[in-house]
Amino acid sequence: MSQVVSRFLSFIRQPIIAALVLIVLLLYLGQMLSPGFASGGQILRLLIVASLLGIIAAGQNVVILGGREGIDLSVGGVVSLSAIIAGNVMNGADSGILPAIAACLAAGGFFGLLNGLGVTLLRIPPLVMTLGMLGVLQGLLVVIRMGIPSGQAAPALSRFVTQPLAFGIPGIIWLWIAIGVLMALMLNRTVFGHRIYAIGSNEHAAYMAGVPVRLIRIALFMLSGMFAAIAGLCLLGYSGTSFANVGEQYMLPSIIAVVFGGTSLAGGKGGYTGTMAGAVLLVILQSILTTINIDESGRQMVFGATLLLLMMFYGRGRAMRA
Amino acid sequence: MAETATIPRPRREGRIRKLLERYPFLPALVIVAALLALNGFFSPASLSYRALTGLLSTYMALILLSIAQTYVVYAGDIDLSAGAILSLVNVAIIVLMERWGGGAGAVLLALAIGLLLGLACGLVNGLVVAALRLQAIVATFATSIFFTGLALYILPVAGTPAPAIFWRTYGGRLFGVPFVFYVLAALIVLITVMSRTRLVTQLLAVGDDQQAAYQSGLPVIPVRIKGYVLCGLFSALAAFCITGDTASGDPLVGGKMTLYSVAAVVLGGSALSGGWGTVVGSLLGALTIGLINSVVFFMGTPSEWQNFVQGLAILVVLMAGVLAGRRARP
Repeated sequence: MSQVVSRFLSFIRQPIIAALVLIVLLLYLGQMLSPGFASGGQILRLLIVASLLGIIAAGQNVVILGGREGIDLSVGGVVSLSAIIAGNVMNGADSGILPAIAACLAAGGFFGLLNGLGVTLLRIPPLVMTLGMLGVLQGLLVVIRMGIPSGQAAPALSRFVTQPLAFGIPGIIWLWIAIGVLMALMLNRTVFGHRIYAIGSNEHAAYMAGVPVRLIRIALFMLSGMFAAIAGLCLLGYSGTSFANVGEQYMLPSIIAVVFGGTSLAGGKGGYTGTMAGAVLLVILQSILTTINIDESGRQMVFGATLLLLMMFYGRGRAMRA
Repeated sequence: MAETATIPRPRREGRIRKLLERYPFLPALVIVAALLALNGFFSPASLSYRALTGLLSTYMALILLSIAQTYVVYAGDIDLSAGAILSLVNVAIIVLMERWGGGAGAVLLALAIGLLLGLACGLVNGLVVAALRLQAIVATFATSIFFTGLALYILPVAGTPAPAIFWRTYGGRLFGVPFVFYVLAALIVLITVMSRTRLVTQLLAVGDDQQAAYQSGLPVIPVRIKGYVLCGLFSALAAFCITGDTASGDPLVGGKMTLYSVAAVVLGGSALSGGWGTVVGSLLGALTIGLINSVVFFMGTPSEWQNFVQGLAILVVLMAGVLAGRRARP
């Protein structure tokens, strides 16, 4: 009997299972607190927000997996920049969507490249490099904003993000699912994916085995920039127009989603499927807090305390041993 | 350098290296001097006694917050809640001083409680990160949300003014010398004394190699907790300075300062991975950020470009700080 219990406990302590169980519990709690919280339409709205966070977290995820204290604090800046670039390139016209996608991906890839070059060639710690880049991006946003209006989302983009596309599910959620499948294939089935884990768990050994460590790390930062750019584009579609520093609120939550998904900040261990569950969990938690009737201060205190409680459940480090 | 003449002349690079090893904050000092010179070049008035006093009283809070951050970075940790602790202490002392009438006794009592509050916040961070073994970046981000909530509970909107006796003292003069210079002098004495304590050595040992520190019998968990407590206390001191400078309470005043404090620590040449660094470097790093902002202003940069140029300049000196710090490390 106790064996069954302990087996059940170790099953439930797997990050992704824990996240899924918590998601169901939170949905139930939300439904109790305000009937209709767990209705189909409401869940779809939650998933749209979660997919925005989840797409950013995909980039964050690969950078963290790559190890050497990998982290990308500049994603918030890239999201804002991409939203404003997209708004201006498409300027409310459907014909501008493709050029906008190209421009956003190029911008995200460019700043990711700069991050990657700083981290690999100059060996600047990722936290420092991307923190500095965040400052540059925020400055760049001010320059752009003074010169040109914030731009408009094309109707097709807004429909893609907010209206059902197939089987009653909006396009952005399909996009997120596709990204999830591609990420799982990339991480588990491709040489590139295996090399990410290799440099994340033991960079020196990977180098000795002939893995082009620097190139891969640069590619990871570029991927992170491009995922953030895609999220910025979708965010524009979600809100219709871009406003100042719209991406900043996603910076640290994207790291939390990765941690909740069971990826270790030390690198080399974890995956994206858990991160997706982590993103949904985070968004549901925030949504429950906005439905219950307390003021902002109480909401923040409960949110902070709950995050700590959840981290205690999984994502703890190992104890010191002599 | 009379005594170096008697020993065999070392290679030039070796000498610079030695100097860097002995005074690791030298690159930061050079950057500060260069920025001061640039400031003077673009606007001679910016080097006046009055202007420098103003710069110091504005950036004293960031200096203290960066020093706070340094002590946790020593141990290889990070505190993303330092700015939130600053905000919390800021609103707490403002509300207490107002409630107790704003006299000298009320101010002192409020400051004492502010220090205790900073200590308590640091203790919470330390327990969460070191004792519960949560990852420092995400755990202190979570506590920062909690502390911000608490600050919003104490003072929902910015605005309650500080009692006149408080900000007049901070912005005023004592025996003809601006008060901030006394703060700076006291701070230098304090960090000199601190740097000789066992705790700082222990923090550095833990940051250098946590496993080795544990195996050689250091109480790693209590040491890391003490590092966070120290950070909380210095964040409270930073809150006193920002309260003196802005003369009002703002529950969100410190939010933006956290990342600047991390940047200042790196600018000062300390290693974010722990085990190596100087507090003086962080002090100079915070000044560098302040001076960059003023140089960009005095250069006559168009207003919409100012943030960009500041960001770029900070990125460049951050890289310089990392590269110089790595060179200096023994």
